[in-house]
Amino acid sequence: MSVYLLRRLIQAVGVVFAMSIIVFIGVFAIGDPVEILISPDADQIERERAVRALGLDLPLWQQYLVFLGKALQGDLGNSFVFNEPALQIILQRMPATLELAIAATFGAILIGLPLGLYAGLKPNSAGSKVIMAGSILGFSLPTFWVGLMLIMVFAVQLGWLPSTGRGETVEILGTRWSFLTMDGLSHLLMPALNLALFKISLVIRLTRAGVRETMLMDYVKFARAKGLSPFRVTFVHVFKNILIPVVTVTGLEFGSTIAFSVVTESIFAWPGMGKLIIDSINVLDRPIIVAYLMIIVLMFITINLIVDLTYSFLDPRVRLEGK
Amino acid sequence: MSIALQGGDAAERERVETPFQRFVSEFAESRLAMLGLIVFSIIAVVAILAPFIAPQNPYDLAVLDIMDGRLEPGSVSGDGATTFWLGTDDQGRDMLSGIMYGLRISLTVGAGSALLACIFGASLGLLAAYVGGRTDSAIMRVVDLQLSFPAILVALMILAFLGKSVMNVVIAIVVVEWAYYARTVRGTALVERRREYIEAAQCLALPTRRILFRHLLPNCLPPLIVIGTMQVARAIALEATLSFLGLGVPITEPSLGLLIANGYEYMLSGKYWISFYPGIALLITIVSINLVGDHLRDVLNPRLKK
Amino acid sequence: MRNSIRAAAMAAVSAFALNATMQPAGAQQQPTTLTMGVGSPVTSLDPHYHQLSPNNAVADMIFSKLVETDAQARRIPGLALEWRAVGPTVWEFKLRPGVRFHNGSEFTAEDVVATLQRLPNVPNSPSSFGVYARPIERMEIVDPLTIRFHTREPYPLLPLDMTNVRIIDAQTHANATTEGFNSGDLAVGTGPYRVVSHRQGDRIEFEANPNYFEGAPAFQRVSYRMVTNDASRTAALLAGDLDFIDQVPTTDLQRLRNDQRLTTSETVGLRLVFLGLDHLRAPDENSPHITDNDGRPLGKNPLRDVRVRRALSMAIDRAAIASRIMEGAATPSGQFLPPGTFSHVPGLEAPAYDPDGARRLLAEAGYPNGFRIQLNSPNDRYINDSRIAQAVGQMWTRVGVRTGVEAQTWATFVGRASRQEYSTFLIGWGSNPDGSHPMRNIIGSFSRERGWGASNRGRYSNPEFDKLLAESLVELDEEKREQMLIRLQRMAAEDVAVIPLHIQTNIWAMRRGLQHTPRVDELTRAQDVRPAANR
Repeated sequence: MSVYLLRRLIQAVGVVFAMSIIVFIGVFAIGDPVEILISPDADQIERERAVRALGLDLPLWQQYLVFLGKALQGDLGNSFVFNEPALQIILQRMPATLELAIAATFGAILIGLPLGLYAGLKPNSAGSKVIMAGSILGFSLPTFWVGLMLIMVFAVQLGWLPSTGRGETVEILGTRWSFLTMDGLSHLLMPALNLALFKISLVIRLTRAGVRETMLMDYVKFARAKGLSPFRVTFVHVFKNILIPVVTVTGLEFGSTIAFSVVTESIFAWPGMGKLIIDSINVLDRPIIVAYLMIIVLMFITINLIVDLTYSFLDPRVRLEGK
Repeated sequence: MSIALQGGDAAERERVETPFQRFVSEFAESRLAMLGLIVFSIIAVVAILAPFIAPQNPYDLAVLDIMDGRLEPGSVSGDGATTFWLGTDDQGRDMLSGIMYGLRISLTVGAGSALLACIFGASLGLLAAYVGGRTDSAIMRVVDLQLSFPAILVALMILAFLGKSVMNVVIAIVVVEWAYYARTVRGTALVERRREYIEAAQCLALPTRRILFRHLLPNCLPPLIVIGTMQVARAIALEATLSFLGLGVPITEPSLGLLIANGYEYMLSGKYWISFYPGIALLITIVSINLVGDHLRDVLNPRLKK
Repeated sequence: MRNSIRAAAMAAVSAFALNATMQPAGAQQQPTTLTMGVGSPVTSLDPHYHQLSPNNAVADMIFSKLVETDAQARRIPGLALEWRAVGPTVWEFKLRPGVRFHNGSEFTAEDVVATLQRLPNVPNSPSSFGVYARPIERMEIVDPLTIRFHTREPYPLLPLDMTNVRIIDAQTHANATTEGFNSGDLAVGTGPYRVVSHRQGDRIEFEANPNYFEGAPAFQRVSYRMVTNDASRTAALLAGDLDFIDQVPTTDLQRLRNDQRLTTSETVGLRLVFLGLDHLRAPDENSPHITDNDGRPLGKNPLRDVRVRRALSMAIDRAAIASRIMEGAATPSGQFLPPGTFSHVPGLEAPAYDPDGARRLLAEAGYPNGFRIQLNSPNDRYINDSRIAQAVGQMWTRVGVRTGVEAQTWATFVGRASRQEYSTFLIGWGSNPDGSHPMRNIIGSFSRERGWGASNRGRYSNPEFDKLLAESLVELDEEKREQMLIRLQRMAAEDVAVIPLHIQTNIWAMRRGLQHTPRVDELTRAQDVRPAANR
C-alpha cells in the first residue's frame, strides 16, 4: 500500500511539473502581459523597464528555470497585477469558492437524490417525467443565461434575495467565511443554485438509473419477497447501493465544480478563485495562473486518489497494483 | 449521440439480423423516444438544408444591414424585401436564418466534439484498464492534468495557437472533454476485464486489439452512451459559454450559443427575441437528443432486460 | 401560435420592465451611505504602482494632486494654488497652505519631493508613473510652500503631467510598499475619503475625511464594489442593491432612461474608437490579411495609397453606427479630441458617408472590383467593439471590399496588433485633453530614442509631420503650441493616417435622488456624487 501511495506521489509531482511547462508555453503563446498591463501612452523605454520588472526579458526557458528555482523554495512568484505573492492571493480567495462549491454539491445531493429516487421508483408516473424533462433543462441551458434569469426573478422582480456579491463574513482561523451569517447565506443561495444546476441533473439521472437497476436485482426481489415494507426496502437496501456511485461521481465533480465556477462567480460578482482566474487570464497574470493550476491539479489528484482507494475497498475486483 | 447509434447497430448487425430487429422494435416501444427521434431528424434536416431553405444567408455581411438591426419579430426589412419572422439581431441578421445556420454549427460542434472525444477518450480508457501498470498510470495522470485545466484556459491557448474557427473550437472541446470518457470507460473496463469472457478470449490468444474493441468495448457501452448524450449537450453549452467569454466561433458565423450569448446583453432591454428563440432551438435540440439517448441506454443495458 | 409564443416570452422576460415601475425602490438607503458598483476591477491602492484608470479613480478619492482636473478635464488648482514657468526650463508651483493628511501630518514641499522620488522606484510596477519624473532634472524647495522643477529642456507639458501624480506623505510613506498600501494601512492621503477596509477584487469601504480642503464630502460612508459583468451590474442597480453604477452598457440605456426610479448622467468622453491601418508594408509588399477577390496574394499593399484609405473612410456610415450599434452613446468624429478641449480642430469632421464616391476612388486607385481584407477587433475592450467591426465589415463589403471580421479577446488581440500582424484593426485611444498626447503616441513615427509612436501599431510615418511634432513639444507659448497641434491633426486627417470612427459617450446610472457630475476622463469617484438638490 505505501509503495502504491509513494508511486502516486511521484506521479503527482510529475503532473504538476508538466502542467507548469504547458502553462508557461501557453501563456507565452496567448500574448504579451506587458502589452496588456502597460499604460497605452508609455514610451518604449518605460515598456522595456516594465518587461524587465516582470522578469519577461529573459528567454522563456530561463524564465522557467527562475520560476522553478523559486518554486522549490515555496515561492510561486508575485502577481504581475497585485504585486503580492500569487499563492497568498489565491489562498485568500479560496474560502469563497470552497463554500460556494460545497453549498452547490450539498444542494445537488439534497435536491437531486429524492427527485431521482422518485423518478426511479415510479418511472412511468407523470411526476417522474416532469422531473426527467426538468433535469434536461439543468444541463442544456447555459449557466450565464440561467444566472441572469435568477437575478432578474429573485432579486429584481421579487426582491427576496440580494442580487450580487458576497455577504457579511466571519473570520475563522484567519480566513473569511460567509455561510455563518444570515446575510452571508442569503447572498450564497443564488450562486450556489446556479452552480448546482448541472449537478442536480447529474444526481437525478444517476440515482434514477441506479434505482432502476437495483430494483431488478435478486437481493431486492428477495427482500420484497420476505415481506419487508417498501419503505425499508427502498431506504435500506436500494438506497445504500445507489449511494456509492452518486457520492463517487459528485466527489469527482467537486473538483470540476471549483474549476468551472468561473462563469457563476463573474455573473454574481462572487470574489472567489474563479473570478480571480478569469481576471488573471484576461491580463495574462502568469504567476497567478500557474499557482492556481497547481492548486487545482493537486486537488484533483488527491480526489482521484481517494476515489481509487474507495473503489478498491468497495469492489475487490478492482486491484490497485495492476496485474 | 451518433456514436451511440452507429456503435450500437454496428455491434448488433455483426451477428444476425434478428437482434438488430429486436433492438429496433424495442426502441420503437417508447413513443417518447420515437418523438425525440423524429424531432431530432427534422432538426438535422433543417440544419443540413439551411442554405436552401433559409430566407437569408446570415453569414454574408453584404446582405446584412445594421439599419434593420434589433427589429421585432414580424418586421419587414428597410428595403421591403424580407420579412423577419423571428426578428433580427443587432447586425440586422434574420434570427430565423441565423438559427438554421446556427444549428449547423452547434450540431457540428456538439456531435463532432462528442464523437471525437468519445473515440479518443474511450480508446485510451480501454487501453489503460486493459494493459494496466505504467500505461494505466501514465494515461490516468494525463487525465488528472486535463481535468484540472479550466476549459476556458485550454480554449484560449488552442485558439491562440490555431486561430479562430469552428474546427478549432471542436478541437478545444475535444481536448477538454476526452478525459471524462477515458475515466468512465476505464472504471467500467476495470470491472469487466476480470470477467470470464475476457479471460476466455485471452486464453484463445486473440490479438489485444480484437479483445479491446470486440469484447471489452461493447460491454462498456451503456455508461458511455449516458455520458455521450450528456456530453453532446454539454459540448453545445460549453461552446455557448466560450462564446459568452469571447472565445467561441467566429462572430460572423454565429452558432446557437453565440446567438444566445449576444442576445444575453439585450435581455434587460426587453429585446427578448435575440436570445429567446435561439435558446428555444437549443433546448428542443438537446431535449430530443436526450430522449433518444436515455431510451437507447435502457434498451442497450443488458441488466434492465425483462 | 406566433403571438402566443411571443406573449409567453414577453411575460417571461420583458415583463420585468413593466413590473419594475410598479415596485418601490429596493432597499431604503441611508442618505449617509453610498454604494457604488464599478465595472473594472481595482487592482491596487498604491497610487504609484499601476497606471490604470480604475486604480487612478480610487487613488483620486484617497489622494490629491498638485494640479487637479475638473469634469471637463480642464486643469484647476489642487494641492498647488498656482504654477508658472519662471524660466525656459524652470516651473514654479505655489502650494496650498494648511492641508493635512488623513493621519494629521502636514502637507509641504517635502512631500512633493518624496512623491516624485518614489515614482520611478516602485518595485515590479507593470506600468509605472516614472515617466512623469523623467523630464525633471532636479527639484528645488524654495520655501515649505514653494517648489521649483528644473527640467532638462523646455517642457510645456509639466503641469499636464502633474495631473497624474498623486502626492504621498514623506514621513508616513518612507519605504512604503505596494502591499502596505493594498492592506489599507498606508492608504493615507489628503483626499476626500479615507480607506476603512479593502478586500481585493471585491470591495473597498471608505469613510469621509471631514478635514478635506475642499470641504467634507457628501456621504459619510462609501462602499465601492466591483461588479464586472455588465448585465449583473445593471440588475443590481434595478434591484436596489447598488445606488450607482458606471460603464452602463448601451444595450440597457433605453431601459434605464425610461425607469422612473433611476437617472443617468452622460457626457461625451475623450476616447476615440478608430481603425488602424497597415503602413508598415511597402506599397509593393503583401499586407498579411489582404488578398485579391480569389484569395490570392495581391502583390501590393493597397493601404499605402491614400485614395484607398480615403475610400475606406468614406464607405463608413458613422451616423448609422452611432445610432444603431451605439444606441446614441457615441459622436461620429474625424479627430481625437471632442469640441471644447484644448487643441480641438474646429471644423474637422469625419468624411461624409459616400459609398459611390468610395467606389470611384477605389476604381481610380486601380481596384474597380475591390479586394479582400480582414478587419481584426477585440471583443471585450471597448463599448460594442466587435459589433462595430461587423458593421464596418458590412459597409466595406458593400463598396466592393469584401471584409472578413475576426474578433478576439484583448489579451490575444493587443499583442498581435503590436507585432503588426494585422492589416486593419479596430482600437481605441483615451486622450489626455491635449493634442500632443494622441499625436505623439499614435501618429508620430515609431522611435525609441524620441519615445514616440509606442502605440503607433500601424507604423504610420511622415517626416514632415515628425518635424512639426518635434517643434511643438518644446514650445512653451500655449497659443502657438495649440496652433501647431491643430496643424498636426489636420495633416494626420488629410493623409488618413488612421480612420477615426466615433468618440464614446461615458454613461453612469444611479437611483433617483442622487446627482452626479459626469467626467470626460471616465473616472468613477465618490466625490462626484451627491444627494440631488431638491431632496
